[in-house]
Amino acid sequence: MIQLKNVNKVYEDGFHALKNINLTFEEGKLNVLIGPSGCGKTTTMKLLNRLIDYTDGELTIDGKLISDINPIELRRQMGYVIQSIGLFPHMTIYDNVATVPKLLKWDKQKISQKVEELLKMVDLDPDTYRERYPHELSGGQQQRIGVIRALAAEPKIILMDEPFSALDPISREQLQDELVRLQKEINKTIIFVTHDMDEAIKIADQIILMRDGEVVQKGSPHELLTNPINQFVEDFIGEDRLRQARGLPPMTAFVDEDYPSVKVTESLDAAINVMVEKKKDQMPIVDADDKYLGILSLYDAVKNRDSEIKNLVDETVIAYRESAEVEKFVASKETIAPIVREDMSFIGVLDQDQLLEVLHEQVDQKSGVMS
Amino acid sequence: MNLIQEYIEFWEIRYENIFEYLLEHLSIAFVSIIFAIVLTVPLAIGMTKMKNERLKQAIFNVANFFQTIPTIALFALLIPIFGIGFTPAVVALFLYALLPLLRNTYAGVESIDQGIVEAAKGMGYSTVQRLAKVELPIAVPYIMSGIRITTVYIISWTTLATVIGAGGLGDLVMAGIGSNNTYMIFTGTALAIILALTVDLIFGLIEKRLSVSRG
Repeated sequence: MIQLKNVNKVYEDGFHALKNINLTFEEGKLNVLIGPSGCGKTTTMKLLNRLIDYTDGELTIDGKLISDINPIELRRQMGYVIQSIGLFPHMTIYDNVATVPKLLKWDKQKISQKVEELLKMVDLDPDTYRERYPHELSGGQQQRIGVIRALAAEPKIILMDEPFSALDPISREQLQDELVRLQKEINKTIIFVTHDMDEAIKIADQIILMRDGEVVQKGSPHELLTNPINQFVEDFIGEDRLRQARGLPPMTAFVDEDYPSVKVTESLDAAINVMVEKKKDQMPIVDADDKYLGILSLYDAVKNRDSEIKNLVDETVIAYRESAEVEKFVASKETIAPIVREDMSFIGVLDQDQLLEVLHEQVDQKSGVMS
Repeated sequence: MNLIQEYIEFWEIRYENIFEYLLEHLSIAFVSIIFAIVLTVPLAIGMTKMKNERLKQAIFNVANFFQTIPTIALFALLIPIFGIGFTPAVVALFLYALLPLLRNTYAGVESIDQGIVEAAKGMGYSTVQRLAKVELPIAVPYIMSGIRITTVYIISWTTLATVIGAGGLGDLVMAGIGSNNTYMIFTGTALAIILALTVDLIFGLIEKRLSVSRG
């Protein structure tokens, strides 16, 4: 477990990069540090392998003060993956992956086994890739090597600094999926820096949102999505994702108020005329006070031309209150949804085209298709 | 036909002399370049780790200063200190070699992708290990190309060492001018050119060899 208590970082020029940071990174969890550029997320991460030292406060790893640990040894016990990948161009893939085990003087046999195992784990055939050089690999493959290089010495903690943001969208998606899968298998404490909210939501156990050197909100993706504490968090998460998290909007968002209605007192012919003219096959019927009564279908009306409206109204088609959840209608399988106020006065009809559009959008997003 | 025959005869008589000049030329050039490498390469690497910008600039300025003195003048200036012969020639050419070597080595190490340096740091290389295992191997092709260019210059400039009695192929040319012997002038010039080209070729091959198998 990594704990930061009232950690501050002030640079020599007086820039206050981190202000009273209090954080806990629990063991085996994937923690995502996120925020706009310059918010201190990378600085916070670099405190952990002492690439940057904090000014005051307390940072402990498993209860041990980090300033008491030799930085070189500390770094060898932590995996480190960076955005620019940083594979060593003059070394083969084997030597790149074996970097830290070699620094730790593992025996050759063990290193060789480990490299093979890791290459297989990310679906790169050891016999094909072991002796290749980094420039012979695609960007996505290179970052896979970057990730397994960080895993090679079996560190308990892995630091990842925007590792996927320079990759093409397909490689990025794949690597995110792989990371989530790997995390389940190997169960490391991961500190992951990103500025991509989709990525954070997808992979994080804990999201830490930062701004101007301060932690604005931390919690599970679900907590942030359903309970953003202020406008900044909402803006950063984005309206689309918040709406998606909240589910479908209420009925009022989709009311078609121009949908015609006919008073029960009018003649059937008048009702038929309105329906034909407006090209509607169903017509809400209201009483003299504009209160909803039921639905008249064009089919019934034409078949019983001599009858009156009040005899033909289908009262089983219930109306929805304006505050009702759209889900109710979606679940009901009805073909028309009249919407009324609390006092049953008629407002309009649910616009199904609009609803369909929103539904489509959600389906697209959930299946990961870029819209 | 006659010309070629005469020239062959000239070689038959003079070849021992010519080889002596050639050897002198090579030793002046290589001694100065080796001293220059020994000084500048570690210095330039040290400078890449140096935080003091002013000191760095000062070092570059000194190297630059020697480069601006006309070659002939520098040879002459060194006579009161080192006398004439081999030593002042080596000293002068050594001073000339400083700047290109310093610049190339420095630029080579500096040009290493910061991501690679950061990755190396983050994985727990000590400064010395990082230099030996990562930074230098990556910078070697740059350093080699600096050495190559400088060596070619120095071989060419060594021809002037004759003015302070250091010998070399310049002697052959000067003697040719003095005795109005075209063969001597031609031979001295041609050998200096061939020497420079050969060294360039060999160093080029080494450079290519060292930079093979990277991006």
